[in-house]
Amino acid sequence: MSWLDVSITAGIWALEILAIAVPVALSVAYITYVERRVIGFMQVRKGCNRVGWAGLLQPIADGLKLFLKETIIPTTANKLLFVAAPVMALVPALVAFAVVPFGETTLFGVWETAHVMAIADLNIGVLYVMAISSLSIYGVLMAGWASNSKYTFIGAMRATCQMVSYEIAMGFAIVTVLMMSGSMNLSAIVHAQQGGFWHWYLIPLFPMFMVYFISGCAEVARTPFDLIETEELVSGYFTEYSGMWFATFSLAEYGAMILISLLTSILFLGGWYAPLPVLDFIPGTVWLLAKTSFLIFVFIWFRATFPRYRYDQMMRLGWKVFLPLTLVWLAVIGLAIYTPGISDIINFWRPGVGA
Amino acid sequence: MIELGFFYLFSGLAVVSALGVVLSRNTVHSVISLIFCFFNAAALFFLLDAEFIGIILILVYVGAVMVLFMFVVMMLEVNFAGLREGMLQYLPVGGLVALVLFIEIVAAAGSGVFSPTGIPDPGHAAQHVNNTVEIGKLLYTKYLLGFEIAAIVLLVALVGAVVLTLRVRKDAKYQNISKQVNVNPDDRMRKVKM
Repeated sequence: MSWLDVSITAGIWALEILAIAVPVALSVAYITYVERRVIGFMQVRKGCNRVGWAGLLQPIADGLKLFLKETIIPTTANKLLFVAAPVMALVPALVAFAVVPFGETTLFGVWETAHVMAIADLNIGVLYVMAISSLSIYGVLMAGWASNSKYTFIGAMRATCQMVSYEIAMGFAIVTVLMMSGSMNLSAIVHAQQGGFWHWYLIPLFPMFMVYFISGCAEVARTPFDLIETEELVSGYFTEYSGMWFATFSLAEYGAMILISLLTSILFLGGWYAPLPVLDFIPGTVWLLAKTSFLIFVFIWFRATFPRYRYDQMMRLGWKVFLPLTLVWLAVIGLAIYTPGISDIINFWRPGVGA
Repeated sequence: MIELGFFYLFSGLAVVSALGVVLSRNTVHSVISLIFCFFNAAALFFLLDAEFIGIILILVYVGAVMVLFMFVVMMLEVNFAGLREGMLQYLPVGGLVALVLFIEIVAAAGSGVFSPTGIPDPGHAAQHVNNTVEIGKLLYTKYLLGFEIAAIVLLVALVGAVVLTLRVRKDAKYQNISKQVNVNPDDRMRKVKM
């Protein structure tokens, strides 16, 4: 491989990365807008509607405002870690998008076979996403500790407990998906759910779908589980942050929310396949993004509907409800696969693996 | 060529971050260096096509073990002056241990086991070989007994940790959450006829 080839490959990679990172950043901006409008609608008020038509320029105005604000570093803070923490929170949230398949394309018939639209179609895609998203905790922990304040530190401690607890339930929920698909490759998992909504893992794994989505909600600390940034902590681990560094934390939070929604669509809702095979003429990417948008809407809906959990209740939900539930369902699926008679039923969702 | 460059990059960074663990005055900085060191070790596994082991290293060590490490280290308030007081007292024993370790490392490095002839280049696995599937096949057939023993040991450690740290305090009032969840209005409200 000559240096020219290497640089061409690197250039294509850079373009691919930009093609995902820029839309993610833009959709984060507009999710904040949608969130305010939807919650406004649910609470019978207008929401932001002043800047631009129907308030559509509001996220840009917010961004500009945050950009122009002064970044204050507390004098007693550990300066190095204080500055590094928002970056360490944002990087995992964006890097995890590298393996997410956004659909299949033949590039309008230029290629003979359909290629998966992902930066890296890894064999261990699921594990990669789990590993990378578990790193986002470091940004939170470091922000809480480096600020050198009681409130931020309590916020960071709560965040650690919460994320570590819910990761286990999420992992086991994913294991049931792996048992059905027989592969850790995200595009292979989607392929196994081809052929209409009755083939989706949503049906045999419905409890796991609920566990995964609610745990995802806890993992990104969205409202019923947002005790790491509650009022009594004066907004938790990022109390001391201002301006762009503060915005970086929200970028990470909303980026993680998009990722959880995307993964739930891929793992349980058939990814880029249409719910009815008749509707396959609509491009797969549109379906995937539609499913993801609906799940993001559900996130916002949760926020407008549910009161916050108490801390011990949240820990109980993770360890005493979700963990046993996932273990039981793991056993149910395992037994179903190896019991003659029942295995015929379960193998309906396991094309290529069972049968 | 590029591969060799990446090998030296990752192994060099691993050595530098390992030095950072030992030499850093701030314990939190040490933990962060250790995390970075694990990352570089995982990258070396990736270079060997062992993507499953590499990602498990990140998932287990960086994603779980080091989080708890950092959690504990952040809560400790280490008294550095107090630690340095005993320095001279421990120097002979510490120096001896360091010397023995150094000799062992030199002997191991010079023994020829860790040389290109001792460990031949395994080359790259074929494109269709799935690391995870191969490890799974070996683990659940040839090494099943060892695997199960490891699982039992871990289970014992887990139960032991719970038994050692669980304290049920008689004087503390615990909330019974299932009771709280299952409560109905009649338990809390009494209608009085006027």
